Parts: sequence; structure tokens; C-alpha cells
Amino acid sequence: MNISSKARRLTAALVVAGAAATGGAVWAAGGGDQQITHVKWSFGGLRGTFDNAQLQRGFRVYTEVCSRCHGLKRLAFRNLVEEGGPEFPEAAVKSLAATYQVDAAPDEDGKVKKRPAILSDYMPSPYKNEQEARASQNGALPPDLSLITKARGIESNAAFYMFPVNFLRDMVTGYQEAGSDYLYSFLVGYKDPPPGVQVGDFMNYNVAFPGNQTAMPNPFAGGDGLVKYDDNTPATVDNYAKDVTAFLSWVGDPRLEERKRIGFLAMLYLLVTVVLLGLAKRRVWKNIPH
Amino acid sequence: MASHESTFRPGSRFGKWLDERLPIPRLMHGQFVDFPTPRNLNYLWTVGGILTFFLVSQIVTGIVLAMHYAPTAAGAFDSVEHIRRDVNYGWLIRNLHAVGASMFFFAVYIHIARGLYYGSYKAPREVLWILGVVIFLLMMATAFMGYSLPWGQMSLWGVTVITNLFSSIDSIVPGLGTRIVQWLWGGYSVSGATLNRFFSLHYLLPFVIAGVVGLHIWALHVVGQNNPTGLEIKTASDSVPMAPYAVMKDAFGLSVFMVIFLWFVFFLPDALGHPDNYIEANPLSTPPHIVPEWYFLPFYAILRAIPSKLLGVVAMFSSIILLCFVPWLDTSRVRSSKYRPVYKWFFWLLVISVVALGYLGSKPAEGVYIAWARIFTVYYFLHFLVIMPVVGVLETPAKLPKSITEAVLGKGGGAHAAGAAAAPERR
Repeated sequence: MNISSKARRLTAALVVAGAAATGGAVWAAGGGDQQITHVKWSFGGLRGTFDNAQLQRGFRVYTEVCSRCHGLKRLAFRNLVEEGGPEFPEAAVKSLAATYQVDAAPDEDGKVKKRPAILSDYMPSPYKNEQEARASQNGALPPDLSLITKARGIESNAAFYMFPVNFLRDMVTGYQEAGSDYLYSFLVGYKDPPPGVQVGDFMNYNVAFPGNQTAMPNPFAGGDGLVKYDDNTPATVDNYAKDVTAFLSWVGDPRLEERKRIGFLAMLYLLVTVVLLGLAKRRVWKNIPH
Repeated sequence: MASHESTFRPGSRFGKWLDERLPIPRLMHGQFVDFPTPRNLNYLWTVGGILTFFLVSQIVTGIVLAMHYAPTAAGAFDSVEHIRRDVNYGWLIRNLHAVGASMFFFAVYIHIARGLYYGSYKAPREVLWILGVVIFLLMMATAFMGYSLPWGQMSLWGVTVITNLFSSIDSIVPGLGTRIVQWLWGGYSVSGATLNRFFSLHYLLPFVIAGVVGLHIWALHVVGQNNPTGLEIKTASDSVPMAPYAVMKDAFGLSVFMVIFLWFVFFLPDALGHPDNYIEANPLSTPPHIVPEWYFLPFYAILRAIPSKLLGVVAMFSSIILLCFVPWLDTSRVRSSKYRPVYKWFFWLLVISVVALGYLGSKPAEGVYIAWARIFTVYYFLHFLVIMPVVGVLETPAKLPKSITEAVLGKGGGAHAAGAAAAPERR
């Protein structure tokens, strides 16, 4: 292979990569009858990090609104203090944990009593079991939210020839927030049903939900001001949805910051390795046409 | 080819002592240092080394994961979350293993396509090729069982769908298929018993793969490597010693592949998986679309393209077993498609068919998707059973160069180049 053919191939590769990157401006419409809004998340892309203040606000929205029906069983109180999360002060989390009651170890008589939670405890669920949850929710089961952004995606209905383009674009930009985009769109997706659409008993119309009918009522029906914010962030439904989605994205992927940080260094290291090995290979093969 | 003159000289007294008793260093030197490799190998030939890397990497990361994993229906999902959240660098090990499986298959598909294009299956490399098909089948079994281990919704339902395929035997011997399925499950449904045995086998099979890979490399070193011209090494100037030439090229190829691999590990760890596998397995709730991992999609599409369940299963398994017969289905006297002006186009049609089947396998089995899946399935089998034998006979191949050296240097070769190439290893 001669130099010019190598250069040509490299150019071709760059054109593909460039097309993929610029294609990022034009989002394919999200799934079928689902209306999905793509949010510019602070934790998105290749170098994103969580916004501590946003996670703290999101935690407040979760505890005041979502936690009445949804558990968060994989979140330990200690996680709220750890690096790469909301990073609440330890003392504050300790006193917060103490307001929750959890089962103590059995005493000498075998009785299980309650005790205040400590840092190593996990968030207690709102229901004792699935049956209790369903009984209080007209038969529907509110899912645990620990992995909710990981367990949701966006169904693509793009034409088949767009598939490689979209995949390359997502790959180059490091797009992995489909679950977060879906959750945000769902939380703000409660609208009046269009004329002629019959909504079932105990069901609610939602433009982002697959099939558009969900058993979950609009959590922010109370409107702006439902949850008080301490910082200067406007207390709007849109911000509640964004903040709680960011918070739940962190609960689903608590090592995200560490992962992206190490990933960046790994790429730098690899880049140097690739260049050095490339030069060494060139040197070794210098006098051998091949 | 393997019987080249050894340049091995033990350097120390211990080396000499060992050489007379168990000449492992001599063997390694002969096979991996001065082993003659064709000088004209392109970068597609670095994929073999990349695959070896992934086999080792999967085994190492897998052993570490097994230290933290619990193969029980109640504990599996939680233990994976424990690895993701609490184990030191557990998220990294888990991503390396999960993404590594995808990359392993990505590389093996390039490897198989390269073999098909350059006729690497043709005599005397039939056994080498068949061993490759055996490795591919073992990889599929290992990956399938590995995907069950996180015990998410796709794990449970993927296992349910695929193991249930054996029940199609009921239409030949009533009751036998059901018995086989229950025997595989260890019960009357996919359960913790199934998970536990799949974990056991998932730990075992990689070592079987390693053994067959040993045979694959042995067979390769007996017959020597194929190359883009498809010609054998005839003179010393056709080849270069493996070290440093092929080794440096392999190292560079691997480092480039690592960029793609680690990009996914660090930036897109879930892009190749399914969101439903972050939902705990629930036998009472069936996901709307059950899809296997992306690397099984072409075969899944073939399975669903056939209206009869039994025949679908037969078609799916034959689409892989068929590869074993490729050395005898190809009737051409020329190995490399580079010199096959007609067959070359059919090769690319096959690639398009397999990619299209992969896309269709990810779509619901209905309407236009199923129609296209049938068309591409027909082409897949037509390619191997009809086109390969017929085109091989009818086609007039392009004129072959006399040797690898001539292919590289042009006819006669420049005086300077010929001099350089006469004995490239002595400089």
C-alpha cells in the first residue's frame, strides 16, 4: 500500500466521521407515537459530569413527590455523601437517615423492632411488598427507580439506511442519555388526550409513553411551586422533571464521572501508543515493499 | 512451511540444559519468532491476534467477575449491581467483559469474512477452517449462556425462547423435544436451576475454546498463512520472519482496535446491550420484543423467516454448519477473490445479505420485514449451495502473478527492490 492510497483512505474515514458528527444536529424523530425531547444534560457526552446542585434539587423532588409510590432500593444513604453524586454534607445525610425507620436486628426474644436508619442503610421502600403496592395503586405496580434511566430507551423508527448514520453519530458523540431523555419527556408528557382518543379507567394520557396510556398520574399536577427550591433555580415543573431525571440518572450510574474521567486518560494513553506503534511498524518495514 | 530452518540458539547454560530436555523455548522461537509469514499480508490478517487477545481478556475479566457474582435467581441481578456500584473498579471489569463479548464477535465476523474473501478455507487449509467453525459455535454457546447471567428480562426471555427451540423436535418424536427442554432447564421453566448450570458451563467453555484455538493455531502453522494473492510461499523472498515484521504489524492493528473497544467500554458501555436487561427477570411479564444480542441477529432472522418452527431451527443451525462444507463447495481453482472477477461481486452480496438479516432480526417478525428476511435467507443458502460451486466452474479467473514477490514488486521487480526482497530477514 502506498502513501497516497493511505491518505485517501484516511480522508474517507474522516469524511464519514465528520458526516456522523454534523448529523448530530438533526435528530431523528423518537419512536412511533412517542414524542421525545432531547435535553442537553450536564452529564452527557464524552466529558460530562453531574451538577451537584441539580442532583440535590432532584433528590428533594424524589423524596417529596416520587417516593410516595416509588422505591429506590439500590441507593444507600452513604451514596448521597460520596464523590461524583449530590455530595451532601455527611452530617446532613446522617440526620436525614435518622428520620427513616428500618428493621433492627432481632433482639434476644426474636422480636424485630424498628431503629433509625444510618449511613450504611438503603432507602426504605414505600411498600412492604408488591401486593401492598398493587393494592394501593388500582392494581398497577410502581417500579423501583434505581435503574429507571438505564432500563428505558427510545425506539427508533428511522429508515433502515439511517441506522448506520445514527449509530455512528451516537458513537462519535458518546450519546448514552436515551433513558434520561425518555424519562424527562415522560414526566412533562401529560397532555389532554386528542379528540376521539378514549383513555381507559385509572389511565392517563402521556405523549411520551409507549401506547400513550399510563397508569401513573401526572406527578407534577400541582404545577409550578409544588416543591420549594432553596437556590435561585425557578421552581417550575420543567425544572422538577429535569432535576429528578438527572438525580435518577446518577442513581442508575453512580460511577459515571469516574468512568468518563478514566476513559479520557485511557484514550490519551492509547493515542500515544497507537502513534508510537505505527511509527515503529513503519520503521521495521521501511525497506520491505509489501 | 513450518519446517523452516531454526535460528534458535539457547543463550544461557540453563537454556542449553532445558533445550536438551524440554525444548519449549525452541518451539516458541520456531513458531512465533522466525516463523515465515507472507510479506504481503494486509491489516485483515492482524485480526487473528486481536481474537487471541479477546479470548485471554474475556477469561481474565470473567474470572474476576465470578469472584463477586452470585449464580442464583434471587441474587444474580443484585450481585451484578453490587459489581457496578460497590466493587472497586467493578464497573470497569464488568464493562470490559460485556463490551469485550461484542468486540470478540465483531472481530470474528471480520476474520470469517476475510477467510471467505481470500479463500483461506481451500486445500490444504480445510481442517484449519473447520476448527474455526467449531470455535465460532463454541463462542456462540458461551456468549448465549453468558448473556443469561445478569438475569435481567432479556436474559430470562432470551433463554426461554432459544431453549424452547428444542421443543420443535416434538413434531418428529412426540414428547422428546419437551423432555430435552426440561432436561436443559432442570425444571418445568427457566429458573434458578437453569441459571446455575449455565454459569457452570459459561465458566467451562472458554477453556474448551482455548484448547480448540490451540489446535487452530497448530493447524495454521503446519500449512502456513494464506495471503491476499492466495499463492503459497515459494521462495525466501515471498516471506518475512514473524518477528519483528508480523509482530509489529499485529501490535499496531491491535492498538487501533483497542481504541474502538475502550471507546465503548468507557463512553458507550450500554450501547450494544438492551435496556430491558436492566429490569430484573420476571417470569410473569413478557417483554414486547424479545431480541438476542446483536451478534446473533442474522441467525435469529433466518430462524423467524421460515414459517415452520422445526424447519426454522434446522435452517438456523444449518446456516452455520454449512460453513464446514465450504472448502468442497467452492470449485474454483483460484483461492483469492482478488483474481475472481465474477465471484467477487457475489461475495459482497453475501456480506450485504448477512448485514441485512442482522437488521431484520432486530425488527418485529411481521409484514415487509419478514418478506425481506426470506429473500436474504434464500440468498444466503443459494450463495453457498449454488453460486459457489457453479461460479467456480464457469468463471475465468484473472491472470495470477507468478509469486507473492512478483505481486508485490510488479513483473521482474526493480533491481533495488529485488535486492531488498531477496533476503529481507538478513539486514
